[in-house]
Amino acid sequence: MSPTDTTKPAKVAKKSPALKTSAAALNKAAAPNKAAAPKKTAASKKPKAAAAKKPRVMAAPKMSSSQSLDVDDHKVTVGKSFSDNAKMTMRNINVFYGDKQAIYDVNIDIAKNEVIAMIGPSGCGKSTFLRTLNRMNDTVEGCRVEGEICMDGEDLYAPKLDVVELRARVGMVFQKPNPFPKSIYENVAYGPKIHGLADTRVDLDEIVENSLRKASLWEEVKERLHQPGTGLSGGQQQRLCIARAIAVSPEVILMDEPCSALDPIATAKIEELIEELSQNFTIAIVTHSMQQAARVSHRTAYFHLGKLIEVNPTEQVFTMPEHQLTEAYITGRFG
Amino acid sequence: MPSLNSWAYLFLKGSTSSMQATNLLILLLGFGVLAFYLGRGRSLAIAAPLGGIRKLHSLPSYYGMHAALWCALPSLFLLGLWLMFDESVINSLVIGSVAADIAPIDTATYNLLLNKVANLADGILPRKGQTESILAASDHMQSLRVISSWSLTALLLALSTAGLFWGWSKTASDFRARPAVEKVMQNLLLACACLAIFTTLGIVLSVLFESIQFFRSVPIYDFVFGLEWSPQTAIREDQVGSSGSFGAVPLFVGTLLVSAVAMVVAVPVGLMSAIYLAEYASKNVRNYAKPALEVLAGIPTVVYGFFAALTVAPFLRDLGSSFGLTVSSESALAAGGVMGIMIIPFISSLADDVITAVPQSMRDGSLAMGATKSETVRRVVIPAALPGIVGGIMLAVSRAIGETMIVVMAAGMAAKLTANPLESVTTVTVQIVTLLTGDQEFDSPKTLAAFALGLMLFTVTLLLNIFALHIVKKYREQYE
Repeated sequence: MSPTDTTKPAKVAKKSPALKTSAAALNKAAAPNKAAAPKKTAASKKPKAAAAKKPRVMAAPKMSSSQSLDVDDHKVTVGKSFSDNAKMTMRNINVFYGDKQAIYDVNIDIAKNEVIAMIGPSGCGKSTFLRTLNRMNDTVEGCRVEGEICMDGEDLYAPKLDVVELRARVGMVFQKPNPFPKSIYENVAYGPKIHGLADTRVDLDEIVENSLRKASLWEEVKERLHQPGTGLSGGQQQRLCIARAIAVSPEVILMDEPCSALDPIATAKIEELIEELSQNFTIAIVTHSMQQAARVSHRTAYFHLGKLIEVNPTEQVFTMPEHQLTEAYITGRFG
Repeated sequence: MPSLNSWAYLFLKGSTSSMQATNLLILLLGFGVLAFYLGRGRSLAIAAPLGGIRKLHSLPSYYGMHAALWCALPSLFLLGLWLMFDESVINSLVIGSVAADIAPIDTATYNLLLNKVANLADGILPRKGQTESILAASDHMQSLRVISSWSLTALLLALSTAGLFWGWSKTASDFRARPAVEKVMQNLLLACACLAIFTTLGIVLSVLFESIQFFRSVPIYDFVFGLEWSPQTAIREDQVGSSGSFGAVPLFVGTLLVSAVAMVVAVPVGLMSAIYLAEYASKNVRNYAKPALEVLAGIPTVVYGFFAALTVAPFLRDLGSSFGLTVSSESALAAGGVMGIMIIPFISSLADDVITAVPQSMRDGSLAMGATKSETVRRVVIPAALPGIVGGIMLAVSRAIGETMIVVMAAGMAAKLTANPLESVTTVTVQIVTLLTGDQEFDSPKTLAAFALGLMLFTVTLLLNIFALHIVKKYREQYE
């Protein structure tokens, strides 16, 4: 983690209390709704029972009086959704599958070298949103994207834009590890070969080795580079997919629940890796695990039924969320 | 009740032995159904005082099945055995006891005598004018047949009734009917699987024995490596032009040539149409195009033959002459080309299925790397689907090698040793047909050559399949 990065909140210092608190909040998920309130940090001394009836002015000054648990009332995303140092900017994004609208009017920036986590209940549109960022939704029949998505000021949905080039700049890691049925080496070399990144075999070997090292997989597979990638364990396969994605030196990496098919140890390795990768890459990660979002991300965006409810620094989201829906979700009232 | 008696007599005896067997079979099935309901009913009766069928070890239908199997299976087995050996036993008994004046001296007279006696017994031959001893033999046969059919009926009835009672009496709340029935079912399935294997074995053996007979008159070396095929053998010593040379090389070269032309047409077209249908076509196009393509497989080969002989071959000849090429009016190109069209659906349909079966996550992975659609297809989808594609191609090759009608009509019958697809050639299957059609004596090398060709064709196809399996195993890229 680079301490010089100004867009990043001072995560290192605050990380452990944030973790503890969110874990405490989660432990209370089964308990009656407001039981967690006394355990909250000093920022919200007021009992939660009162907060449910009227807005918590002290804790969340920006909160509008129209805020409620009914998502239909939700109009504007609360929190810090914009950044001065934006890598990608999204304005008024609406996504439709046929007649069905999946994403409603989302505005958000993704800053350079930050890890942004997308959380929310199933079917809230976070994966759909992620897939609009590298236009993977183009492959879905009947999918339509409205609004403006820019990366470094360049419109991603402009007619003259080359999707192939875009996807080389915005890599993606999927929920289920999906290594190609080729050797480990060929898996990583796939992207560089397609994009002509290596002129010689030596260059290619170097790219493969570097990518595997960055994905902290090199030590485990260097003896068997030419064996099938599908023969690795689940966690290794996922790291292979990450190595494959970073082999083409993307600027942004999208991760769609990268750990949901993995065991806790493999998950820990991937999370460690995400932290290292954030020095060089901008990472957007969709996760179902709130602990994971709390552990790896700098900012957290909460989606609910296709709407972006709240974006805030991670520790704030998990300690004193601005929006009642976010709070309800992280305390386990739904999702 | 005389009417019922005579009906029962007719039903059980039948007017012919096959009719009798059919009637007995129906009777046995009826008994089986009866046994099922009796066994089931008994299990229900046992279950009622115990507190419902949950107190039984197995479901009532299993007890029914158990009784039905005991009732029907042994009897069916006996019936089968009886029908198999009945006639030969009777025949040997009759012939063994004929009067000395008509006793057969060799196989030919044995068969003649047997036919005569059997025809007399069946009432096909008039009894008038036959010698005493033959009449006596036919009467003997007739009486043996009656005894046989009645004893069979009696035995079957006794056996199935005994089986029924045994199965029925075993029904008890703690009797494990389900495993017993499952075991029988498993063995039935095994028997069916064996049937297919034994049929193949039987075919191979019958072809093998005829071929060995052929190789007695024609050395195997001359057959496998001979360069001239002219199977006309002389009937009279002084006949000309009947050299009788049996070199199979021209036939196999012809077969390979026609098949190769067919594959050159079918593999690219079939594969690419499969890729289009699976990867690019919209749902609507796919819904109409796929069945339309499969119609090709439903056209009778004779119709393809017309098409090849009357449309394609003359067209190729005219086209060739406009370029200054001599194209035979019956050419391997015409036959192979039309055959290729015929087998397109084999390849496209199978390849389409395996390409569709490649997980979407593979495509997503490749597309997300910035690969284009065609790169994804070439580098990821096709390698992953390769085993299935090769399987489809192998099926198509077997079909091409075995195809006869198109070649007869469009490629000719001349066994020329050539690699030029513009000339007329002939194939192994066409020669087998010409060797075996019409009146043939079954001990001349000319006829037996057909079996040798069949054996060789079988061997070649088998080797091809083994080779293909090996290739698939070596190069397959397994997903998941």
